[in-house]
Amino acid sequence: MNARSPWSEDRATAVIAANRHLRGALLPMLHALQEEFGCIDEEAIPLLARELNLSRADVHGVVSFYHEFRRSRPGRHTIKVCRAEACQSMNADGLIDHIRRRLKVDFHETTADDAFSLEPVFCLGNCALAPAVMVDETLHGRVSPARFDAITASTLATEAAR
Amino acid sequence: MSEPLHTVYVPRDAAALSVGADETAAAIRAEATRRGIPLRIVRNGSRGMLWIETLVEVETPEGRVAYGPVMAEDVAGLFDAGFLEGADHALAHGLTEKIPYFAKQERLTFARCGIIDPLSVEDYRLHGGFRGLERALAMTPAEIVTEVTESGLRGRGGAGFPTGIKWNTVLNAKADQKYICCNADEGDSGTFADRMIMEGDPFCLIEGMTIAAIAVGATEGYIYIRSEYPHAVATMREAIRLAYDEKWLGDEIHGTGHRFHLDVRVGAGAYICGEETSMLESLEGKRGTVRAKPPLPALEGLFGKPTVVNNVLSLTSVPIILDKGASYYRDFGVGRSRGTLAFQLAGNIKHGGIVEKAFGVTLHELLYEFGGGTITGRPIRAVQAGGPLGAYLPPSLFDLPKDYEAFAAVEAMVGHGGIVVFDDSVDMARQARFAMEFCAAESCGKCTPCRIGAVRGVEVMDRIIAGDKVAKNITLLNDLCEVMTDGSLCAMGGMTPIPVRSALKHFPEDFTRSPAAVAAE
Repeated sequence: MNARSPWSEDRATAVIAANRHLRGALLPMLHALQEEFGCIDEEAIPLLARELNLSRADVHGVVSFYHEFRRSRPGRHTIKVCRAEACQSMNADGLIDHIRRRLKVDFHETTADDAFSLEPVFCLGNCALAPAVMVDETLHGRVSPARFDAITASTLATEAAR
Repeated sequence: MSEPLHTVYVPRDAAALSVGADETAAAIRAEATRRGIPLRIVRNGSRGMLWIETLVEVETPEGRVAYGPVMAEDVAGLFDAGFLEGADHALAHGLTEKIPYFAKQERLTFARCGIIDPLSVEDYRLHGGFRGLERALAMTPAEIVTEVTESGLRGRGGAGFPTGIKWNTVLNAKADQKYICCNADEGDSGTFADRMIMEGDPFCLIEGMTIAAIAVGATEGYIYIRSEYPHAVATMREAIRLAYDEKWLGDEIHGTGHRFHLDVRVGAGAYICGEETSMLESLEGKRGTVRAKPPLPALEGLFGKPTVVNNVLSLTSVPIILDKGASYYRDFGVGRSRGTLAFQLAGNIKHGGIVEKAFGVTLHELLYEFGGGTITGRPIRAVQAGGPLGAYLPPSLFDLPKDYEAFAAVEAMVGHGGIVVFDDSVDMARQARFAMEFCAAESCGKCTPCRIGAVRGVEVMDRIIAGDKVAKNITLLNDLCEVMTDGSLCAMGGMTPIPVRSALKHFPEDFTRSPAAVAAE
């Protein structure tokens, strides 16, 4: 499950303060904020800029550089599908088509019911057991369309019952 | 007299977890409880035979006996068959170390991986851990650097630069602060050796970095791990905590005057941060754009200070070099490629996994003797060696020995040792297009040939695939590749043409077979 807490300046200030002692603290702070809120809220940018004595443009530049940092809250679950070469060799493209149809969602999108966000990823380090998919923090290997359906069945059922 | 305590090994490696290792471990625990059998389950790293994961091992007087792939539903049957005594079963492979895939390897860097409990300092020590560091603690910095130089160790991240020479530059740099940075941003598809050793033998990396620190006079270090590896991040963090507890890290390393502090930093999904200067920018909390070189990171690296930047496999090869001596390591390998490399068989391969062999092994041996051909059972048509910036090679080159110079001679690279296998259903024009697409997505944007060239490359490939003025567009593609090769600031733009050109050179038929092109002929 993804963290998706609503924005709280107090909480954000505390998260930032907890990483204040680190050198090169911006990335650890961004990771910690995203872990708390599910994304980097616009309101976080000036707080980070003030803390690190940077311009807001500098902070924005860092946030936008890295694929991992989101600007809006994800769905309750994130599904990352590898589309790098090793997975391509095991028909990741076919799997991706299946997932798009099955969940009715495209890459970088969240389903209408807010249940799933679908993200492409270049390599999960499971290249001998391709294709690889990560559902929230759980890695899966040898993911055929049928296995994908089995892996996500219980989550889909829970989400459908909401 | 109570029954002897059985020991069962179930890997905690992410690849094993991806095919149900946690469920298998839980089923073994539950079944043992149900039957009233006392059991010790060790969650080891992976042996690297990933096609038989979850590979469960049972300790017997003769050695560890392997069963795999074991799914949770197989567990009751294994108990019935008497697997705790090493009995035969449909999933049995006999003694793990006698499995030909494993027995034929030369495990130096991965000597402990899959054998020990990765988070037990005691287990690490029992298997030779920290012996290299202990020896280093009694040496002068210059002696350590000489030992590493004489071992012939070259950077395992891809470029193959001699590790000892890099260390010597940092050793001789005068500064109030120096750093050791481990590049664990292993983003190349087809590579997973860094991940496996961080999850399976994390103290080995800590030991290698500490030796590097003593050798060059550094007191702080960072391991930059990609965020796609949450298990490796967690294991390294826990191992560092344990190493501090046991005084292998900190202000007074085992009562010597040496100080070394180590921290893990997590990337954020940018492939380019595997480029060393980009990684340094990222560690400093900035956009991961590459720096122009010079200055070399060895002189002006992290926060402007002299910095050793080494890949995980370079650093994890250091402990055994210090333990057994430079000549022991140097005696493996061929030509100027000394020691071993952990080759990674990936993609459409029957027996995928880690094969640590001395340099000089051929692709043919790796793909067929170890790999067993494709998993789909179709012929291998191409392999990509050395990651997304590596060449696509046809079967006619499979006799090539794995050696930095031999590969360079055919415009290919050993890189990080990853080998991605494709069967005859692959469309090499599509793979060439993907190389450009990947570069367009992952370029840091600092230099024009890479930033714009990759986008133009996708467009040109789209026209070729559509059969639009194919000959003219192939000329244009070659021109573009030349500009990217010669004009890019780093390997990202500079080497993206390698997969493109190798696909064009070895598989030209794939570039001219679109319906429109065929009709025009």
